[in-house]
Amino acid sequence: MADLIIETKDLTKKYGDFVAVRSLNLVVKQGEIYGLLGPNGAGKTTTILMLLGLTEPTSGLVRVLGFDPAQQPLKIKSQAGYIPDQVGFYDELTAMENLIYIAKLNGIPRREAEKRINESLKKVSLTSVEGKRVGTFSRGMRQRLAVADVLIKNPKLIIMDEPTQGLDPESAREFLKLIRQLSDSGITILLSSHLLHQVQVICDRVGLFRSGEMVLEGTVNELAKKVLGGGFHISLRANDAKKNLFDELKKMSNVVDVKFIAPDHYSIVASSDLRAQAAKTIIDAGGNLYSLDVDNVSLDEIYNSFFQEVTHETQS
Amino acid sequence: MKRNHKQKAREGSPWTGLWAVIGKEMADHLTSARMRILEILIILTAAGTGYAAIQQISSSNNQDQFLFLRLFTAAREPLPAFAGFLGFLVPLVSIALVFDAINGEFNRRTISRIVSQPIYRDALLLGKFLGAFFTLALVLSAIWLLIFGIGLLGIGVPPTLDEVLRSVLFLVATIAYGGFWMALGLLFSTIFRQSATAALASIAVWLFFTAFWEMLVSLAVQTILPIQFGFLEEFLAQAKLELTLSRISPNTLFAESTVGLLNPSVRSLGLLLPFELEGAILGAPLPVGQSLLLTWPHLTGLIAITIILFAFSYIVFQRREIRS
Repeated sequence: MADLIIETKDLTKKYGDFVAVRSLNLVVKQGEIYGLLGPNGAGKTTTILMLLGLTEPTSGLVRVLGFDPAQQPLKIKSQAGYIPDQVGFYDELTAMENLIYIAKLNGIPRREAEKRINESLKKVSLTSVEGKRVGTFSRGMRQRLAVADVLIKNPKLIIMDEPTQGLDPESAREFLKLIRQLSDSGITILLSSHLLHQVQVICDRVGLFRSGEMVLEGTVNELAKKVLGGGFHISLRANDAKKNLFDELKKMSNVVDVKFIAPDHYSIVASSDLRAQAAKTIIDAGGNLYSLDVDNVSLDEIYNSFFQEVTHETQS
Repeated sequence: MKRNHKQKAREGSPWTGLWAVIGKEMADHLTSARMRILEILIILTAAGTGYAAIQQISSSNNQDQFLFLRLFTAAREPLPAFAGFLGFLVPLVSIALVFDAINGEFNRRTISRIVSQPIYRDALLLGKFLGAFFTLALVLSAIWLLIFGIGLLGIGVPPTLDEVLRSVLFLVATIAYGGFWMALGLLFSTIFRQSATAALASIAVWLFFTAFWEMLVSLAVQTILPIQFGFLEEFLAQAKLELTLSRISPNTLFAESTVGLLNPSVRSLGLLLPFELEGAILGAPLPVGQSLLLTWPHLTGLIAITIILFAFSYIVFQRREIRS
């Protein structure tokens, strides 16, 4: 129990008849980076707000850092940092002044606060602009300032809502690196996003949300196996075979599916790495092999194929 | 059973972080451009009306026992007296300080960052109110001292203890009056998402009480209690109703308490019938305690309505969803 940072049991939130979150069972362990993924309006933000005690659950149990957000929100909020999507600062104040206010709200004594603020600003490399008004900051700088803002309280847990939204690819990459560093220093991180390809790189585990329900959970590879049937996607180009390559490839063991993508271009889904066998099969069939690659499965693909499946099921 | 468990009281003091919020709010107010404009406005008012009052006092050459208090109430055309000026300046200043208190946090998207700190919303709301309130109190006290200084220089007669007490009470009444408009502005700033709407709503209420309430009251009185036979009782009842209704307006409450506090010869703020004045020495001043007693209901009324309005803001704000 001790290493469970977040635990929810049948957590449900209704707004009138609309169910924002339905029977959520979420477990996040110490040191993990956990991604809540899903389209906008899937219930990710509502879940986060309930974890922090900022909105009351309709039913179900929540424990964050061992505390109940409804009764002991102050204890949670003094150890858990929250970075909302499109985080706002007081534009007319400097970065330093903004952070000092947060330190005061956290009841950190002045000298200690100064030390922590300087350290946090250093970590997000904003020390050079600490005296500048936040109004002049770029989106990326604001996002980094938001990290400094939560680091002041030496958090055990940081919750981020859509952390890379609105960042250009370069800043997004840097920001993800920063998240990784935070995680390496022992902080547990829960983040929500709909930009799947960005967060799949850093998440240890992910949960896929759809209309208020967590429909899938696990590591990216586990999800790939569950949804796509196999873990490996091999794409190959070959021609001039004497036999039908499509049938030959299908005959290999461990093959889940073979797809015809374009003339002379095939895609194989397999439960193990079949590159060697595939090459042999093509040569044996008298074909010429031009390329052979394993595609890294992306969350986007998992996501798309999963939701396609679901929509097909509901349609038929 | 489970339900009971869930509804157990939250832990931790609701006042955690209150002083941090108050400090930040006051610092914001005192350095803001908005405040500079208001300060200039009020100082001009104080200097102008103070100067006019001194001229009025020295030219009339009267033997008024309470010369110093005349500083606040003496008017010379075309300027109204200082107390009258405050009657409509203080609401505007109060509203200007708070109309974007809560919705401003939402619009700047700072609200979710602030409420995710280890404080309750109580501290944020009360801190916003008190921050603005202390700012107003500070500014009004400064002006009060300014008027006092002008008076000492201009009249050359030091105020008596009685006069000092009365003018301090007047200062307190003015601050309480500001508190009412502040609570109203704060309520609108929690209800309306747009700061401009909130400001406009507050100004509308102010305008309603300043310009239209009197009119409405006299209309209402004539329809509710029309004079049918011309009896004295009818006139009396009508006047009483009119007084009661007009006292719903905080402007009336403030104006009457100003009169009661700054004018020691005022013995009643209601109707006085001739027989009630039997044996009274007309024009003889009341002691401070009696004047305070006279205005006590007005002051408590103002404070009570302030608290009620604040309670409404509290309810609205506690239920407000944080997400934008």
